[in-house]
Amino acid sequence: MTEDKKGDIVGRGNVEGANLFREWFAELTDAAKNNQGAAYVFVMGSMAELLKTFDFPLVFPEITALQTAVRRVADEYLTVAEDYGYSPDICGYVKADIGVHLREREHPMGKIPKPSLTVLTNACNTYVKWAEIWERMYGIPVFVLDVPATREAGGQFQPGSSDFARDCKYVEAQIRELITLCENISGKKFDIDRLRETLAYANDMNVGWKRVLELNKSKPSLFNALTDGTAYLGVSNNFRGTKEGSQYFKNLVEEMEYKAARGIGTQTEEKYRLAFVGVPCYPIFRRFSEMFTQWGGAFVHSTYLNFASGGANMGFEYDVNRPIESLAEGALISIRDAMDSMFHHDRMIIKMVKDYELDGVIYHPIKSCRTVSTGLADGRRAMMAATDTPSLFIESDMMDKRVVSEAQMKNRADAFFEGLASRRLTAAKTA
Amino acid sequence: MDLRLFNKWQGQSLDGVIAECRELVEDADFPTVKRWRAAGGKVLGHFQVYFPEEIAHAAGMLPLKIRGAAIDCTHSDSHFGSYLCSILKTSLELVMSKKVELDMFITHPICDAARNLAAVWGRNFDYPCQILYLPQNANSAASATYLCEEYARVQADIEMITGNKVTEEALKNSLSVFNENRSLLRQLYAIKREQPWLISAYETYLLTNVGGMIMREEHNEILKAVIPLIETRPIKRHDKIRVVFEGGFCEQPPLDLIRTISQSCYVVDDDLLIGLRWILEDVSLEGDPLFNLAEAYLEKSSYSPVQHDSRKPKEKMLLERIANSHAEAAIITAAKMCEPGLEEQVAYTKALDEKGIPYFVSEFEESMTSFDQMEIQLETFTENILFG
Repeated sequence: MTEDKKGDIVGRGNVEGANLFREWFAELTDAAKNNQGAAYVFVMGSMAELLKTFDFPLVFPEITALQTAVRRVADEYLTVAEDYGYSPDICGYVKADIGVHLREREHPMGKIPKPSLTVLTNACNTYVKWAEIWERMYGIPVFVLDVPATREAGGQFQPGSSDFARDCKYVEAQIRELITLCENISGKKFDIDRLRETLAYANDMNVGWKRVLELNKSKPSLFNALTDGTAYLGVSNNFRGTKEGSQYFKNLVEEMEYKAARGIGTQTEEKYRLAFVGVPCYPIFRRFSEMFTQWGGAFVHSTYLNFASGGANMGFEYDVNRPIESLAEGALISIRDAMDSMFHHDRMIIKMVKDYELDGVIYHPIKSCRTVSTGLADGRRAMMAATDTPSLFIESDMMDKRVVSEAQMKNRADAFFEGLASRRLTAAKTA
Repeated sequence: MDLRLFNKWQGQSLDGVIAECRELVEDADFPTVKRWRAAGGKVLGHFQVYFPEEIAHAAGMLPLKIRGAAIDCTHSDSHFGSYLCSILKTSLELVMSKKVELDMFITHPICDAARNLAAVWGRNFDYPCQILYLPQNANSAASATYLCEEYARVQADIEMITGNKVTEEALKNSLSVFNENRSLLRQLYAIKREQPWLISAYETYLLTNVGGMIMREEHNEILKAVIPLIETRPIKRHDKIRVVFEGGFCEQPPLDLIRTISQSCYVVDDDLLIGLRWILEDVSLEGDPLFNLAEAYLEKSSYSPVQHDSRKPKEKMLLERIANSHAEAAIITAAKMCEPGLEEQVAYTKALDEKGIPYFVSEFEESMTSFDQMEIQLETFTENILFG
């Protein structure tokens, strides 16, 4: 790669990601116009690899919901759902989505097709409650892929053990039941060779995602894990198991390797390397990030990039010679890791402190999501007991701007960086 | 261990037994647990909603239902954020303040918040803190076998803690004890359903609740003693409406809230502490007891907002509960910040609207102390039905 290629390669991931994202919405709008039934799925275990073989358009309601917040119209949808009867104290994604459905599935980015079925995992309990709402609205089948996760901190059942085999057998049996359900709904016979194909594409994406995350150990960091990372994540989910997704991640790895080799960072001056724990503040997405970047804070990793990728960070590679069995193993390992990133985040952050040479950790619990937020305060205590890393704990929401106090958050962020600067100065004096 | 944990009820009148039960339920120092531990017994704390207590019982452990308490959270508050139900905080407070000491803690994936508890407790205590993955796909043909194997895993962990091997005979004996307990609770609820003036929801609740903190043999003794007293209680029927109470499956409403409702209405059925009554029929003693227990969880069970089963849509089950108990109305509650409870409220109220069944909607928190406003609202609600 020559230097004159720089203009083509640096920032390519964001441009291509935005294009693919628009493409995804255009496909959904076409499907809606053609009255094609979609599979409604979630980011933590979408089973896209399987559903793509039946040609279901995939709707990710978490992503369509968060887009209403990014586009600053979430409040309109939240109000519709609250007027219908939903409490202000439940998940904002659910309410924004209900708002979309109560508005005939008209979305700021296009039209959402009706569901033919919904497939979800137990990675988030609200997935189940959410799916039950569509079940009532549309009379569609709800398939819960139950993935037994880590029973006790540090006690993951490992491949080769009888416990792992037992869990895997359970997941595999459910996948076979899901295949039958998909055949019945789509009217198409299951094609195992198509599954091999989607698994192979997913392998490229898993390997690519893992590599991209690893490359951000570079100094300076290559991408902002909060903003750029979320864009990459969108492709990772929406195009999982596709040729486009495979190519995107090959290109992204190339871009990051190019930047790493040349020391091209994501911001002008990287003073502090940060990790983000929680779910982004979508109502003020850019400005939230700027509260940190303006002080030279660089988000080099986040638990979000792990759990919201459904555990793609594990880089699991399916064995296409035994596709169903391997899909079960991959689902178990990856989705379990997604859950670990939420419930046992302290272990991951403690490791990240060393691996990514962190200067600070930002905890962002939100009102909307108790899956991610319940254990953050306690995990933070554990992290602080295990490392000498400063951290900031700020509460807001991922959807509802009524609980986002921007000025207060900025004051807290400013004070945090002043503390980091003072700490660095003291360390320099005593060195 | 043949140890009596709760003696005070013996020799008392029915009102006296109920008063003793109230004292025990309200005692956040959990004296029965302390007595058990003082005698060298091990305690397994299991969070709401359902746990197969028979397994712990068969190993000689005291299964303790962890269902929060009306206490201030001075230790646990800093371990959680703001937007959370109360039961999580008070449950952790109980153990952090050493009001309750455990040898093992088990939670379940009942909701987004509760499933975090194994990790939270595990970071703060040295004893095993784990999650029992009760199947979330109740409709899979593989679920019962999976659950049986999961129970076997938990059983092995319990055996390690107690040092007691759980024999098939011991497990069958425990199934038998718990079958009797569930049968007695069904009798209690049948009285409440058929002759609600004989026993209020408040009294039924107290009699049920103590079962979660003593050995079931003792609970069976209490129930066997009080049921004949209830059946012959000289109380006249009053002009009250018959209601179903829904929303007490996890966090428990304050006792005075239940009493307030009992004063205005006959609560003919409810989901309070549904986990203790989750299995609706006897678990078979023939064949593999662990498999039978697992199968009963899926096939012979009640419903709650925290279990998805396509055979049991919650609003349909609520309508059945109302029809089976000949209720005229429903009280639809949810604990504050309880995602599944609050979400289910919408489905329930839409279904009730469709059927033209009156309902009263409210939220509660275990630390609530003022019920005057609710009492007035409830009186207006019942008067509208009685005289409207």
